[in-house]
Amino acid sequence: MRTPFVSRGFQGRRQREDAAQRLPPGQYLVSGFPVLSAGPTPRTPLDRWDFTIEGEGDQPRRWSWQEFQQLPRETITKDIHCVTKWSKFDTTWTGVSLDTLLQGFTSSASYVLAFCDGGYTTNLPIEDVTGGKAWIAYEYGGVPLAPEHGGPARLLVPHLYFWKSAKWVRGLRLLAHDKPGFWESLGYHNYGDPWKEQRYAGD
Amino acid sequence: MRAMARETSGEIEAMTGILPRLVWQRATVRQLIQETPHVKSLVLDVPSWQGHRAGQHLDVRLTAEDGYQAERSYSIASAPGDSHLTITVECLDDGEVSPYLTGELHEGDELELRGPIGGWFTWRPEEGGPLLLVAGGSGIVPLMAMIRERAAVQSPVPVCLLASSRSFEEIIYREELDRWAAADMDLVVVHTLTRSQPTGWQGYHRRIDRAMLEEVGWTPAEHPLVFVCGPTPLVESVATLCVELGHAPERVKTERFGPTGGPA
Repeated sequence: MRTPFVSRGFQGRRQREDAAQRLPPGQYLVSGFPVLSAGPTPRTPLDRWDFTIEGEGDQPRRWSWQEFQQLPRETITKDIHCVTKWSKFDTTWTGVSLDTLLQGFTSSASYVLAFCDGGYTTNLPIEDVTGGKAWIAYEYGGVPLAPEHGGPARLLVPHLYFWKSAKWVRGLRLLAHDKPGFWESLGYHNYGDPWKEQRYAGD
Repeated sequence: MRAMARETSGEIEAMTGILPRLVWQRATVRQLIQETPHVKSLVLDVPSWQGHRAGQHLDVRLTAEDGYQAERSYSIASAPGDSHLTITVECLDDGEVSPYLTGELHEGDELELRGPIGGWFTWRPEEGGPLLLVAGGSGIVPLMAMIRERAAVQSPVPVCLLASSRSFEEIIYREELDRWAAADMDLVVVHTLTRSQPTGWQGYHRRIDRAMLEEVGWTPAEHPLVFVCGPTPLVESVATLCVELGHAPERVKTERFGPTGGPA
């Protein structure tokens, strides 16, 4: 059996035990909030923003910004993990749970595809956005979400790598079949579980 | 259950340069090149490397004696046809991995890496141009792979590189860029030095702004492909300005995983 590889002379920087256990494999902790994107930041004025859920067999449902603000809101604190290796603990978000938004939809969809200003998309199984696992977040740290972090609103799915928490989200399509989104079509893993280090296709 | 209408992995690879599976590979350090006081290039032998596209990056994994591991991403600096694989690493004072790569590593040492990663921020000469490449500091690395690729195949695609550096000494690849630009009328390299300038400096000496982009870059009517890479504030500002100047957002690609504000 091959001896495990060791990088000669590498000491590394160890986290405290409690922090180390919260870090998925290959991640490191940051205190800032890095910004990554594929292209320019879209800027949609609130009076032109809306959020739509489209399902097969259901009437599409649409909310204006004002209507969206009237929906029951939650504030949650979660750790987040980016595929580029940084993790940030205890991030606080305010938004509407997807369980609230999907109430009354009878569609037997197994998947969702989130679509966004600027053309970004990402796909998820429906069970990964229901049961208290996903939100449409419009506040970060108690203040309105900044455009470079996805404002006016972003999808928030903290249990998966953060490319699934689609910035500038404008709606969801409920689908019977999985449809790979932007990064999923460009070499990244279709599911993206940080605890299984599912960064890239084939991981 | 098979997903419908999914390309085969061969088709995806042909379209994007993405491989179906990225395994950890061993690399041997062949040469270390001090590019600037804080930036070093690592020229690597990677026997099982399967090729890459200009603009892609790779992941490096370091393992300590007790099994502790750290991983970071680095842009590939070498052109796809090069016999060696080169990454260029900026040493961050509070970094965990970059001080090891730029300070401890010797020629002959081994590294684990995997890649290539990233199917978006890439350019092949057959995609045409003209190209507007905008770099902040070590954001120049993936853009240099594009410039080296262009030179290797003698592509006629016109390129303008606008590179922002803190000082003359911190311009990465300065001499090589001078050589390429001197030999090729269609490659224009413009520097701006934001913190200090040598005596007699005639060039720009401020952060990239709208006026500079207008003076230096292609007009929207020329439909350039724009690639912007560097620290977040620069990328955010430049990408927004490009759209304000009239460039189609879908022709502006950004990459900012390098110095994103977290220790590396």
